[in-house]
Amino acid sequence: MTLGFYPGCSLKGSSREYAESVLAVAKAFDITIEEIKDWNCCGATAAHNMNRELSFALPARILSLAEKQGLTEVVVPCAACYSRLTVTQYELAKDKELKDRISEVNGMEYKGSVTILNIIQMLDKYITPKLEGKVVKPFDHKVACYYGCLLVRPHEILKFDREEDPQSMDEVMLKAGATPIDWAFKTECCGAGLSISRTPSVGKLSGMIVGDAKDRGAEAIIVACPMCHSNLDMRRKEINKYLGEKVDIPVLYITQALGLAVGLDRKELGLNRHFVKVTV
Amino acid sequence: MSKIGVFVCHCGENISATVDCARVAETSGKLDGVAYSVDYKYMCSDPGQSLIKSAIKEKGLTGVVVAACSPRMHEPTFRKACAEAGLNPYMCEMANLREHVSWVHEKGEATTEKAIDLVRILVEKVKYNQSLNAIKVPVTKTALVIGGGIAGIQASLDIANTGHKVILIEKDPSIGGHMSQLSETFPTLDCSQCILTPRMVEVAQHPNITLYSYAELESVEGFIGNFKVKIRRKSKSIDEKLCTGCGLCTTKCPVKKIPSEFNEGLGMRTAIYVPFPQAVPNKPVIDREHCTYYLKGKCRICEKVCPIQAIRFDQEDTIEEVEIGAIVLATGFSVKQPDFFPEYGYGKYPDVITGLQFERLASASGPTLGEIRRPSDGKVPQNIVFVACAGSRDEAKGIPYCSKICCMYIAKHAMLYQHKVHGGKSYVFYMDIRAGGKNYEEFVRRAIEEDGVNYVRGRVSRIYEKNGKLIVKGVDTLLGAMPVDIEADMVVLATAGVANSDAEALAQKLHVSYDAYKFFAEAHPKLKPVETNTAGIFLAGACQSPRDIPESVSMASGAAVKVACLFSQDELTRDPLIAVVNRMAPPVYSSCVGCFLCVSACPYQAIEKEEIKNRAGEVIKTLARVNPGLCQGCGTCVAFCRTKSIDLQGYTHEQMYTEVMALLNEY
Ligand SMILES: Cc1cc2nc3c(=O)[nH]c(=O)nc-3n(C[C@H](O)[C@H](O)[C@H](O)COP(=O)(O)OP(=O)(O)OC[C@H]3O[C@@H](n4cnc5c(N)ncnc54)[C@H](O)[C@@H]3O)c2cc1C
Ligand code: SF4
Ligand code: SF4
Repeated sequence: MTLGFYPGCSLKGSSREYAESVLAVAKAFDITIEEIKDWNCCGATAAHNMNRELSFALPARILSLAEKQGLTEVVVPCAACYSRLTVTQYELAKDKELKDRISEVNGMEYKGSVTILNIIQMLDKYITPKLEGKVVKPFDHKVACYYGCLLVRPHEILKFDREEDPQSMDEVMLKAGATPIDWAFKTECCGAGLSISRTPSVGKLSGMIVGDAKDRGAEAIIVACPMCHSNLDMRRKEINKYLGEKVDIPVLYITQALGLAVGLDRKELGLNRHFVKVTV
Repeated sequence: MSKIGVFVCHCGENISATVDCARVAETSGKLDGVAYSVDYKYMCSDPGQSLIKSAIKEKGLTGVVVAACSPRMHEPTFRKACAEAGLNPYMCEMANLREHVSWVHEKGEATTEKAIDLVRILVEKVKYNQSLNAIKVPVTKTALVIGGGIAGIQASLDIANTGHKVILIEKDPSIGGHMSQLSETFPTLDCSQCILTPRMVEVAQHPNITLYSYAELESVEGFIGNFKVKIRRKSKSIDEKLCTGCGLCTTKCPVKKIPSEFNEGLGMRTAIYVPFPQAVPNKPVIDREHCTYYLKGKCRICEKVCPIQAIRFDQEDTIEEVEIGAIVLATGFSVKQPDFFPEYGYGKYPDVITGLQFERLASASGPTLGEIRRPSDGKVPQNIVFVACAGSRDEAKGIPYCSKICCMYIAKHAMLYQHKVHGGKSYVFYMDIRAGGKNYEEFVRRAIEEDGVNYVRGRVSRIYEKNGKLIVKGVDTLLGAMPVDIEADMVVLATAGVANSDAEALAQKLHVSYDAYKFFAEAHPKLKPVETNTAGIFLAGACQSPRDIPESVSMASGAAVKVACLFSQDELTRDPLIAVVNRMAPPVYSSCVGCFLCVSACPYQAIEKEEIKNRAGEVIKTLARVNPGLCQGCGTCVAFCRTKSIDLQGYTHEQMYTEVMALLNEY
């Protein structure tokens, strides 16, 4: 079977290992991944702060391209891209005039027919049902599943999982042989874009997350968002400074952890690309 | 030849701001059969009504169309005015230019045209109206009060004291409702039990009150003054007449670990139980869902220990059928449980409790005998946090309204805590303090100024457990949105007051309207706060919206007066807008062919079979006959009748067709 794929900018740059692990897992389960051709930036945080129309036009162009390419389902692993694409689809479905206007701006018809899947939805739909018997190296560790802000919010639009105490990643990890812990920081902010402008703030915010995971005995933090990953992983120096100790719990994308469980090669999963060494 | 008067009301600016009332009056005046038309600012006022009355007399009007608000609002007013001027009241019709026109459309040509159309069709209808006479029905002077909380208790006592009979039904084994669970009450801090229990006893002893505890409404038929009610008296598994309430059985029952509803799960009860020592009636019931005998067929210890053999394992529910003239709904409210709050732990932390649970901890009769001890380990909390608006005023939680009582009971809780735990620290997170009411604001100030409760203006985003402490993450918006983290030993959530889970079903059983949140709806938010839209059914207390004791009691007394007014009459008049089966001269008698489709169609069992006999007493024809006492005028039978033999008075076939034709025809 074939699944459309929108990598977005991060997965081609700072979080190449996320893309690598998504592709590796898909391959292991005989899913053909077809990247949307000529895709553009989703607009990220910048567009919707500056210009409402632009913030819809960018994702709409991506979705129009997918439609033209004949894709019916597109997996969007980055939580921020997933949010922008889904919000656009929601707003344009509500407002016909806006939809026409955006099609006009892009010079490209937008139908709104593509189903957008975040990474958990993709795993739930195509991977976990076939997982049984495929788990050769159970991910037998205590894990803290960290959802961040954009994967589950706003619920009204995404209609995915419980926004205050989500469970979907925990369930996937359980099936991969892990023991998800009950902890308090599943959806607290990691500091997001302040990573660049106010790094010490990220040290504090991400520090509280890593600190709580550590206190409750987590051996790995599992994420599904490039931004979360880079803050929890790349900013570990600032985090440790805030915590006043050296915490070396690794941060894995859910597809990496799952890949390990089904026996994929560590390098193929990009585990060598992390700042905090992946020892699990 | 008809002489119809058209009276167009501005309703202040409600109609005239959108509809050109003068044009409506002027155009109507030119319609065939209209003898007089006029517009006026307030047609329902005294001068407005006089306008109608003098026009009837002076112009000799044969019909009246008042183009104003909804007939639900003022049809009785205008029909009465017509009757006073000597015109049969049923010759008056109302065109609704407010709810159907001005409130739902923009100002403009088309809007005024619609108003004219509505007047036009009614002018045509009135030409076919017939003089009708109101139906007189007797009144059964017994009231049914549903729910035995403070509101139901007050309503029952007030009605009973006017000399009328009352049947009070309560679904639980005892009356008392939420008030019986409270420790002390704002704004005076008097003990809730002390002021409530004497009234509970009064109910039990009042010669005019029949109390059915452990009973629920089964069904209702009929109408104001003449309800037929079935009450399900759930089996208590004891012979109430024999039982002396000694309580021996409750001490010997081996099933002792059932969370007590009265103690909000903070204490335990047995399978055969009296909910609390001051219960009325003070006799046990067996909870069959937990009793070993009903579950496993063995035990019967209570039967053995009962000194007078009052236990009845084979007792069944009984249905009591009663005739009732008026109903007071006083079924109260419920509070949301902590499992409704994912951000506060989904109910997984035992020391995150509700306000009602705190009442039980603070109550002298509660599981800790009034000492504030936390549920997890019985320690006295040194730091306690109260969270206001837990769920209330929160669109995301689907509860946009204010629960109204929480600001006050939180102040009370914090105050009680400070009085009981010396040196303890209490914090209240709040959005606004809503303390409107006599001595209410002063009460809150006392908590802050005299008892040193720390009020923090801001919301709590999350509560989680760490190293045996509950971490309460909040914000202080008066300190520039500064994050505040408090390490608490116990947290009390003022969870939203909501309608009972069975409120919707009950409302549907009684044909009473309810709002989006399933609270029962009053007939008018200002002028009919204790009436419902169903005649003869009244509201009291928190079943209409969350409210405190003084308000519940006032409402109950208000409802009682309404019932007493009703019972002061021996007969009621009802609109004769009911179905009739046509009658013709012999030998046809009626076009009814006696198929009796209508009998099965009528939801009120109002249609009977009538036999026409000849002189010799032989049956020559069987016809349908509508019982005018039972018919509700719903019109279902009219649609069913194949030979068009049934007509609804006031809405006859002729009138309906005329209305439709008027709309289709140009004028
Ligand atoms: C934590 C807390 C603290 C409070 N503190 C105060 C205070 O200090 N001062 C104050 O003035 N107010 C206080 N209140 C408010 C007070 O509890 C209410 O005002 C009062 O209980 C309302 O009375 P009620 O009779 O309308 O409803 P309820 O007390 O809810 O009683 C309703 C009764 O109807 C019965 N019932 C329900 N459904 C049915 C049915 N279908 N058939 C038969 N019976 C039924 C119930 O079992 C119950 O007995 C407090 C409320 C809470 C939650
Ligand atoms: S028969 Fe039921 S109620 Fe009686 S003592 Fe046994 S368990 Fe309790
Ligand atoms: S109108 Fe007909 S169906 Fe309706 S209540 Fe009357 S008799 Fe019954």
